[in-house]
Amino acid sequence: MYIGRGRRKALTVGAFLLPSVLGFVLFSLTPIFRSFYLGLTSWDVLQAPKWVGLQNYRELLASEEFWHVIKNSVEFTILYVPLIVASSLAVASLLNGKYRGVTAYKVLFFLPVLTSWVAGSLIWKWILNYRFGIVNIFLGYLGIHGPPWLTDKLWAMPGVVLASIWKDTGFFALIFLAALKGINTEYYEAAAIDGAKRWQRFSYITLPLVSPTTFFVLMTSIINSFQVFTQVMIMTDAGPAGATQVIIERIYRYAFQFYHMGYASALSWALFFFIFLASFAQWKLQKRWVNYDA
Amino acid sequence: MMPKVLRFLQKTVFYLLISGVAMAITLPFLWMISTSLKQDEAIMILPIRWIPRRISFQSYRDIFVIYPLLRAALNSFTVSVLTTLITLLSASMAGFAFAKFDFWGKNQLFLLFLATMMVPGAVTMIPNFLVLRNLHLINTFAGLAIPSIYNVWALFLVKQNIMSLPEAFFEAAVIDGGSAFTLYARIVLPLVKPILATLAVITFMGTWNDFLWPLIVLSGDVTKMTLPLALNAINSRWGEHWNMLMAGNLISIMPIVVIYLLAQKYFESGISVGGLKA
Repeated sequence: MYIGRGRRKALTVGAFLLPSVLGFVLFSLTPIFRSFYLGLTSWDVLQAPKWVGLQNYRELLASEEFWHVIKNSVEFTILYVPLIVASSLAVASLLNGKYRGVTAYKVLFFLPVLTSWVAGSLIWKWILNYRFGIVNIFLGYLGIHGPPWLTDKLWAMPGVVLASIWKDTGFFALIFLAALKGINTEYYEAAAIDGAKRWQRFSYITLPLVSPTTFFVLMTSIINSFQVFTQVMIMTDAGPAGATQVIIERIYRYAFQFYHMGYASALSWALFFFIFLASFAQWKLQKRWVNYDA
Repeated sequence: MMPKVLRFLQKTVFYLLISGVAMAITLPFLWMISTSLKQDEAIMILPIRWIPRRISFQSYRDIFVIYPLLRAALNSFTVSVLTTLITLLSASMAGFAFAKFDFWGKNQLFLLFLATMMVPGAVTMIPNFLVLRNLHLINTFAGLAIPSIYNVWALFLVKQNIMSLPEAFFEAAVIDGGSAFTLYARIVLPLVKPILATLAVITFMGTWNDFLWPLIVLSGDVTKMTLPLALNAINSRWGEHWNMLMAGNLISIMPIVVIYLLAQKYFESGISVGGLKA
């Protein structure tokens, strides 16, 4: 637009675009095609890839493990998503209170977001320890005999979810907080004059007005749920007995520990399919409940 | 007007609630600190003690003895700085080109860039590993950092930011005969500093905390491990030594907390522009 013409300009633009375009070709465009190709081959890295057509996908769909892994991811999603929406909206509502010291609390609530998932997982592995973990100690104070959490087939996934709620609440709360701050206070004042109770104001004003944000949080948290990895690797090593095996963890193992690159690539496309499907469904459903009027 | 008593009651309930939540979020950290200050024989004792009978910094010494943790911290620092610099440089250059130049196929290229954001990282992860292997960059910091030359989200942010700058800055510089490079270095970079700072803290933190990509690229060489890889290794070999693990955790968390306290507003703008990931 500004400098030079013809060849000179082309060179300038080319120079500024070079790193990104190079990266795009090397680390995004060709990898996408290559991954798709690899998904149609059988490859152990040592010998040349062998074309097998759709066999990886057929194998995948026929394998018990794949559906077990999907079931685990769905279990995580069903537990995690409603909890994270509720907890982050609740925390955001608290942080929206016009009281002194709220900013200090905000810093505290953000600490888990700053913590790496490896560190967070190690903390929770220790906290969920059957006998010496503080979760079961506190449950004990309430007269509840806590489960063995991460070493129990039934309780391992809820344990991982609990850690994830702790880790992510501060993040989504700040997103909700921005939405809450954007609500015109006149709505509440008008409702108060009309004698609306607190919960009525919440469900008839707050909820509809933050629904675009709720939609964003739902989308993000569902997509994240299907990409859980580190917490499972550290907290349970995908156990016990495969109870916390999830898709990314399977992709990692098949590719980099078993060297089944073809099968792992097919798995990664299955993941893409599920994320796409979930996002598409959400997008279609949003008309019914998301309010963009305000 | 509400009666005074009611308002006082409301305030009390508010502080009780928010402090309750704060406790739930902070207690895991406090337990981490408490455990890290215990001696081996004091870790697994009932009833639990929040303040150790004998406060000991032994685990902070031991962890450096059993594992090259200082090396891991330096490695983490190196890859985080490297990745941040590469991201900022590449994204700001391309952002400038997209914002201020017309060229053939510009919109199509940009759409193509945006479309790749739909593909999850797990899909490109395997081929990216293979590319790095062909380039002999496995187990190198360069290999870990180089894929960040392509970051659509960062590029997009810088582009939007440059487009929002007043046209007059650029016109004046062009009339003075400034080259594209002077425009970039003298006008663009100084004016988009806030968004670059946002990108910097987010990229730094993301790289510092990342586990999967370093696990794939760096885990073949112990001397190259970053802090998350080191903690993972310590966990699998000395998993019962909770005091050491918690000490290592605290060491790995502190730098980011310090950066956060110094640059809080950039973290928050990072959330509002959608860069910070949960």
